[in-house]
Amino acid sequence: MVTRALPGECPLEKPNAASLPRRTALRFLLGTVVGSVAALMYPVLRYLVPPPESGMSASEALAGRIDELRPNSGKTFRFGSRPALLVRLASGEYRSTSAVCTHLGCTVQYRPETSQIWCACHNGCYDLNGKNVSGPPPRALDTYEVNVRGQEIYVIRKQAA
Amino acid sequence: MRILKNFRWWLAGLVMLAPCAMAEQGKNACVDCHSKLEGNLRVVVEESAASVHGHKAMSCTTCHGGNAEAEAKEKAHGNGFRGRISRAQVTELCGSCHADGERMKTFNPSLRTDQLALYHTSVHGKKREQGDERVAVCTDCHGVHDILPINDPRSPVHPVNVASTCKQCHADGDLMKNYRLPSTQFADYSDSVHHEAMAERGDLSAPTCSTCHGSHGAVPPGAASVANVCSTCHVLQAQFFNESIHKEAFPEGCATCHGSHKIKHPDDNFVGLAKGAACAECHSADDDPGRSAQAIHDRLSQFEAQIKDTRGLMDRAASAGMDVADAELEVAQAKDALTKARVRVHTASLPRVEAELNAGRTVAIKAHNTAEEALRERTRRRKELLIPVTAFLAVVISLGAYIRELERKQSD
Amino acid sequence: MNAAARVQTWIDERLNLEEALSPLREKTVPVHRHSAWYFLGGLTLFLFGVQLLTGVLLLLYYHPSAGEAYESVQNITNRVQFGWLIRSLHSWSANLMVFCAFAHMFSVALARAYRKPRELTWISGVVLLFLVLGFGFSGYLLPWNMRAYFATKVGTEVAGQVPVIGHAIMVFMRGGEDVSGATLTRFFGLHIAILPALTIGILISHLMLVQKFGTSVPESVEQEWEEHPDRRKEMRFFPNFFLRELMGWYAALAVLIALAVFLPWELGTKADPFSPAPPGIKPEWYFLAQFQTLKLIPAHILHLDGEVLGILGFGLGGALWMALPFIEVLAGARRVRWVRAGIIFAMIFLASMSVVGYVAR
Repeated sequence: MVTRALPGECPLEKPNAASLPRRTALRFLLGTVVGSVAALMYPVLRYLVPPPESGMSASEALAGRIDELRPNSGKTFRFGSRPALLVRLASGEYRSTSAVCTHLGCTVQYRPETSQIWCACHNGCYDLNGKNVSGPPPRALDTYEVNVRGQEIYVIRKQAA
Repeated sequence: MRILKNFRWWLAGLVMLAPCAMAEQGKNACVDCHSKLEGNLRVVVEESAASVHGHKAMSCTTCHGGNAEAEAKEKAHGNGFRGRISRAQVTELCGSCHADGERMKTFNPSLRTDQLALYHTSVHGKKREQGDERVAVCTDCHGVHDILPINDPRSPVHPVNVASTCKQCHADGDLMKNYRLPSTQFADYSDSVHHEAMAERGDLSAPTCSTCHGSHGAVPPGAASVANVCSTCHVLQAQFFNESIHKEAFPEGCATCHGSHKIKHPDDNFVGLAKGAACAECHSADDDPGRSAQAIHDRLSQFEAQIKDTRGLMDRAASAGMDVADAELEVAQAKDALTKARVRVHTASLPRVEAELNAGRTVAIKAHNTAEEALRERTRRRKELLIPVTAFLAVVISLGAYIRELERKQSD
Repeated sequence: MNAAARVQTWIDERLNLEEALSPLREKTVPVHRHSAWYFLGGLTLFLFGVQLLTGVLLLLYYHPSAGEAYESVQNITNRVQFGWLIRSLHSWSANLMVFCAFAHMFSVALARAYRKPRELTWISGVVLLFLVLGFGFSGYLLPWNMRAYFATKVGTEVAGQVPVIGHAIMVFMRGGEDVSGATLTRFFGLHIAILPALTIGILISHLMLVQKFGTSVPESVEQEWEEHPDRRKEMRFFPNFFLRELMGWYAALAVLIALAVFLPWELGTKADPFSPAPPGIKPEWYFLAQFQTLKLIPAHILHLDGEVLGILGFGLGGALWMALPFIEVLAGARRVRWVRAGIIFAMIFLASMSVVGYVAR
């Protein structure tokens, strides 16, 4: 139990070593401590609330909707911080590759006339599996898995081991 | 007992194999003697064994005749010995196999056999027919005893080495004077963006001498065909040029502005009316096209400056720890638009260049805004820092005061 | 306040809290000219608490796989609200904690507080330091950027140089022959489960030992107090010392947050095992001394591999350091100065090697 000497009471009696200083000092201290805890809790609490669209990781992206592309056409979309290509074949099937040319980094496009992926910079050509078939490109394009979920088309990066 | 039996079989086997070993040695009697000779009679077994002919188990006698197993010179040099093959004889000798389809099929069916025929159409071939001994023959480019496949980086006709091989004659001023040919091509080419791509970036698809001139059928492309050669890779530029008003004016096509060997990377100052710009050769500020050209230059430079500015902002934000990944993609798209606009310079049409730039501008502005927002966020964080710091400072001070009060009370 | 008193009584009736807490109420701390050093232990403990809290928060968003680790840290830093703060706090507090742990240990060594009866406290403390360095090493890989990847590669390679068992150790650490996703999983388990469990266990023993033997006083002060008993001064732990500690903790927190705002921890570029190592790759500062020493040792010393000798040397140094109380006893009272000189030499060596390592290209 804590004994407190109230001001004015028993003036000759010395307060024992366990007595606390004046109420106001304690109150002020408690106030600042509570304030500091609040200043700490605020960012922590906001942190706990998940941000929107955090379900999307860099290994997956929404490429488009199923009514967007006609057969034998393609579109460029954003995958992480690089462009990627979504191609709809004449058969209706989807293919997806990186859109960064392996020669000097230009953005490639789909060419319906030849059903090939083409780079305008130096006339490099890739087939629909991303394999470099003619021109300067030294390597194939990275290919991605296409996953149609309902109305939406998702593209997934193949995981390395 | 069994061990001994085994040992006996081993011994027998070794004895039976011995003649083969001796026969192997017999094949190289030519090299045994010639490796001890000096000068151009010296042939070392390593070069011939490592060559593509050596790997196909061809011996000295295939080309030189003679007897490879004889140790004595008279016997070795008998039997249809051809001796040193003269320069005049080289092409026919090589062609005796390499132009023979049936023969080549037994070694490498996918090898072409038209090299000799092409050679006869080339400047080198025609001059040789007229008796000129100085022009290139097979061995000048491919080597003699140490011929390697062309995809071997040590081969003198591997794409990376082709220019150095051609230059052995074509950069020799005294030799070229006899044909009234310049000898600056190699020096010019070494200064070019194509050489840089090949030699420094290791891009084997970059053009070298043989890409434009041909290898066996080497002929300088005629004035009209240069553009055809360039357009194999630079499709869009050639297309736009052909649509433009310049096509009729310049039969030499691409080489008119870009040169043939010393093709440097064109920057935006290549377009316009400034000193050294291609357009300024014919146009000036007094004519409409000249003013158009200058306008194109100005628009391109301005857009490039805009991208650089955004890039600078992004770098500042990134070094302050802010996220600029969204802006990265937008800046890449803006750069794409700038490239497209530059390619359309070949249309010589200001509206077409501007159309691309306008598309690019939208993206560039987006990137700029993203970067600015990132920097604003950084400033905001620094200001907001004052809140917890003040709170904590208040705690520390009040703790100090409280302790002082407490200890004063305790010591009473 | 009546309600608080009533709650207190209720608990005390059942759990005998008063009895458990009374030793703490009576705990005192010696007061003398070197008392300031006593704050370091508590500060290290506080920073460990900060690590636990920020670590748990990071755990809510982190993905421990090679394909997703970098992106998840990117998500935390860029998209999660105040994620940048929690992440930078965690990284900076880690560094500060290692620094305080070293400072605490060196102040104890110089004050020779490891003497009887506090040998076990010293040993548990050195073990705690190694655990803290383990936290640092395992946590460093988790963002999966180039720096982390290659620092781990180099670090585990060094471990692999231990004679006889080195390769086995390296494969065990890496979860394979090379640093890969398996390494990340292993380091993650180490960092959030194994090391925390070990650390908390040893930490509790360390604190209990401190409580049992009380706070030691440097010999010079002890002598002075024996000659002049009136100069002996003690301070109550609760509330006097503790409130002072609290001041230090709040100040540290303010410094950490300022560091997080002005010097945020970088994301780096995602680790790419097929890229060549970036030039000038260096470990974090608390491993620099060893790293730099290994670089300076000549390749061969008397037919023996220099690097192996260096590693064995560090092993021996660590063992000697842990056995310091016993070495001092063995050395005898007359050679105490040598032991002290040895301690100071070790400190200067580590400090200067760290500086050289930092400045070197």
